[in-house]
Amino acid sequence: MITKLSHITLYVLNQDSALDFYTNKLGFKIVTDVPMGPESRWLTVCPPEQPDIEIVLFPITVGKMFPKETANTIIEMIKKGTFGCGVFECNDIYATYEELKAKGVEFMKAPKEEFYGTEALFKDDSGNWFSLQPKSNAASAK
Amino acid sequence: MTPEQYPKVYLYQRIVQAKLYIDNNYADKIDLDNISDEAYFSKFHFIRLFKKVYGKTPHQYLTFIRIEKATQLLRIGKPVTEVCYAVGFESLSSFGSLFKRIVGSTPSAFLEEQQQIKIQIAKSPLKFVPGCFISQNGWDEK
Repeated sequence: MITKLSHITLYVLNQDSALDFYTNKLGFKIVTDVPMGPESRWLTVCPPEQPDIEIVLFPITVGKMFPKETANTIIEMIKKGTFGCGVFECNDIYATYEELKAKGVEFMKAPKEEFYGTEALFKDDSGNWFSLQPKSNAASAK
Repeated sequence: MTPEQYPKVYLYQRIVQAKLYIDNNYADKIDLDNISDEAYFSKFHFIRLFKKVYGKTPHQYLTFIRIEKATQLLRIGKPVTEVCYAVGFESLSSFGSLFKRIVGSTPSAFLEEQQQIKIQIAKSPLKFVPGCFISQNGWDEK
């Protein structure tokens, strides 16, 4: 019986830039950072209140895992914004939107009330996009 | 949708600016009264709104961010005394007791624990990586 998700892979164009984005802009924490020889690094992060999931920031580099043609195809698709990678939750979507926008995060959609709840869409530094939703749609600073 | 269309946008922007001010100046002496003045709020209105958005009063958030930054510095091996003053505390005893209350261990025990993890990573890096990634990347062949 599967009990929980421990790791999820996020393919990124540049690992250093992705680390800066996820830690300094989104406020995530580093979970594991292990050098794997001179050119590889095993790097995982987690949202600040979810320490038991590891988001693997996995760079697309030509090698055993990705032959050249495959790597180029994935890189092109990420750059084009093909991949919607998940939904992040926050306490207050308007405050989170204003903060991320102030830090230079690119939003494809500002917070908007839809029939299914309030939602915003943003891209990471590679081009992977995510939905941002509030824990409770009732949260607002009145 | 323009950002101004959601309710209380200027309120959110002021609260977020105050939060970012704390994020950027946590190491200095921060007068929280000045922050509420700059945000054009009365002190009590400001504290109430800040807590509504972030779940902590500005003072609680300042303490939280100082301890959070302290854990980051201890992770990279900085000595406890240096870390204490670098994140804005003026006494080792108040730093130590707040650190223990929030993190669950003393700064020196936390530092020691992080040093042990570093030694383990250097000795057996593959223990920190799921096996499927090791074989797919050929990290076990090196």
